[in-house]
Amino acid sequence: MGGTDSGDAVVLLDGVTKAFRGHLGVGRTVAVRGLTLGVEGGGIFGLLGPNGAGKTTTLKMMVGLLRPDRGTVLLFGRPPSDPAARIRLGFLPENPYFYDYLTGEEFLDFYGRLRGLAGRERWRRVREVLGQVGLAGRERTPLRKCSKGMVQRLGLAQALLHEPDLLILDEPMSGLDPLGRRDVRDLILAQRAAGRTVLFSSHILQDAETICDRVAILVGGALRFEGALQDAVSRRVLWYEVAVTGVAPGRLPGSVLSSSGEEILLKVPDEASLGELIRAVQEGGGRIGSVWPRRDSLEELFLREIGPGAGSKGAA
Amino acid sequence: MSGRGPTAPGPAATVGAIALNTFREAIRDRVLYLLLAFALLVIGAGRFLALLTVGDEEKIVKDLGLSAVSIFGLLTAVFVGVSLVFKEIEKRTVLTLLVHPVHRWQFVAGKYAGLATVLLVNTGLMGAVLSLLVVLRGGAPGPVAIGIVMIFVELLVVAAFAVLFSSFTNPILAAVGTVAVYVAGHLSWSFDLLKRRLPEGAARVACDAARAIVPNLDRLDVKAEAVHALPIAPARVALGIAYGAAYALAVLVLACAVFSRRDFE
Repeated sequence: MGGTDSGDAVVLLDGVTKAFRGHLGVGRTVAVRGLTLGVEGGGIFGLLGPNGAGKTTTLKMMVGLLRPDRGTVLLFGRPPSDPAARIRLGFLPENPYFYDYLTGEEFLDFYGRLRGLAGRERWRRVREVLGQVGLAGRERTPLRKCSKGMVQRLGLAQALLHEPDLLILDEPMSGLDPLGRRDVRDLILAQRAAGRTVLFSSHILQDAETICDRVAILVGGALRFEGALQDAVSRRVLWYEVAVTGVAPGRLPGSVLSSSGEEILLKVPDEASLGELIRAVQEGGGRIGSVWPRRDSLEELFLREIGPGAGSKGAA
Repeated sequence: MSGRGPTAPGPAATVGAIALNTFREAIRDRVLYLLLAFALLVIGAGRFLALLTVGDEEKIVKDLGLSAVSIFGLLTAVFVGVSLVFKEIEKRTVLTLLVHPVHRWQFVAGKYAGLATVLLVNTGLMGAVLSLLVVLRGGAPGPVAIGIVMIFVELLVVAAFAVLFSSFTNPILAAVGTVAVYVAGHLSWSFDLLKRRLPEGAARVACDAARAIVPNLDRLDVKAEAVHALPIAPARVALGIAYGAAYALAVLVLACAVFSRRDFE
């Protein structure tokens, strides 16, 4: 846990602590304490934790928006306060907000200029990236008329505009409908396929579980787990959840989890029992609605690491 | 690693892009047009007021016109300037802007350059209308043009203070601070008056310090000469411009230093 290898790390935090003063300088909240973490190039890294675990503070220190009180942060081997360190970085903050007096196209043109993209190349990238995030044809919509989902998509577009090597996304799926979440997930996977590194924070474990190669779990500003996803969770099937219709539960093997109308949800412990159950359903003239193998999930790991009562302290 | 080896733009391109966006924001705000329309109305009213007043009609047009340019320029600098940096922080747009390869000083400089462009266009428009009125009354536009240039330099100093205050406080306090500097800048002679009435010691030193810190905006004021067609020495104009530019630069350096130390939660 917490070991870092600076050799291939695109982001490196070494013993980082950050605290915030309260209103009028009264009180002090430690948001991140003694965090040592390395993110290597390539792949998708999930920074997980409950609300107030210090995820946003950690990401903001990585991109140079916050300075650590103690410890060192390096981005591509340089302090993030050095603009040269941020050339190959794309960043999406949590709940982004952009200039409401601009259209989507004008906004991306402005950020393209700040990325040093020249005229024609800039406009080509603006069109391309708007298409990538599903906003083709909405170039001239003023941002004040955009929905939250559209703003989130524009936020992703600005982060992708210069084809960065590292994408840091703070809660990228927050506020999106299921379709939007799937699109963002696909977009992140496409970045990995293109050889880029994606580091994103989330408190929604399902998102992380389906796409992350490595995860780190923060609780109360401290690192509780860091490693490959396969090390974090066992992929062994623990039991099967089967939905059945048209048969009385008393005639079937396995235990009943719930029933709703004609549908019964059954739990069977292994593959052999599953075979027995399927045969019994067929013989009884019933129908199998679905079979869901339940594995040790990231959620279980997350809950184990958080422990009771965690997440109530710390800052954003 | 993929990517096409992106590079950071030069400082001028970065400052220019931020200035363009700031200018765009200002010209899409209806308040600016209201201010400009009202200013032009006041300048135009000078011509009608001159008909009702005993005295040199041209002088009245120039006097009222230059005062309108100065006051409405100040209102523009305050309205636009005090929320420039604050709004970026409050609305959190700064979170995506500052993760670009942008130095913090470039952000402050870009904001200021955008505001200066707004003031240039605004003052230029008002000045052009006033000059036209003066020419229509048979007057020479030269002194008025010099007066307008000096008002613009004064506004550049005031705008630098607006950006400085905006970088660490809210718009209301920033507006109060900026207007206070403008007023104190035109009354800086009163520090000398006050000093003569104080006993020797710390109070006098404080007066000297205040005199040194507060900009002497009277050095940039050539309204009386412009109105009465008195000669304005080129050296005075040049020194005034140099003084204003140096002062604005010093205030901006301070604003950059303040902004560079900020955390963005």
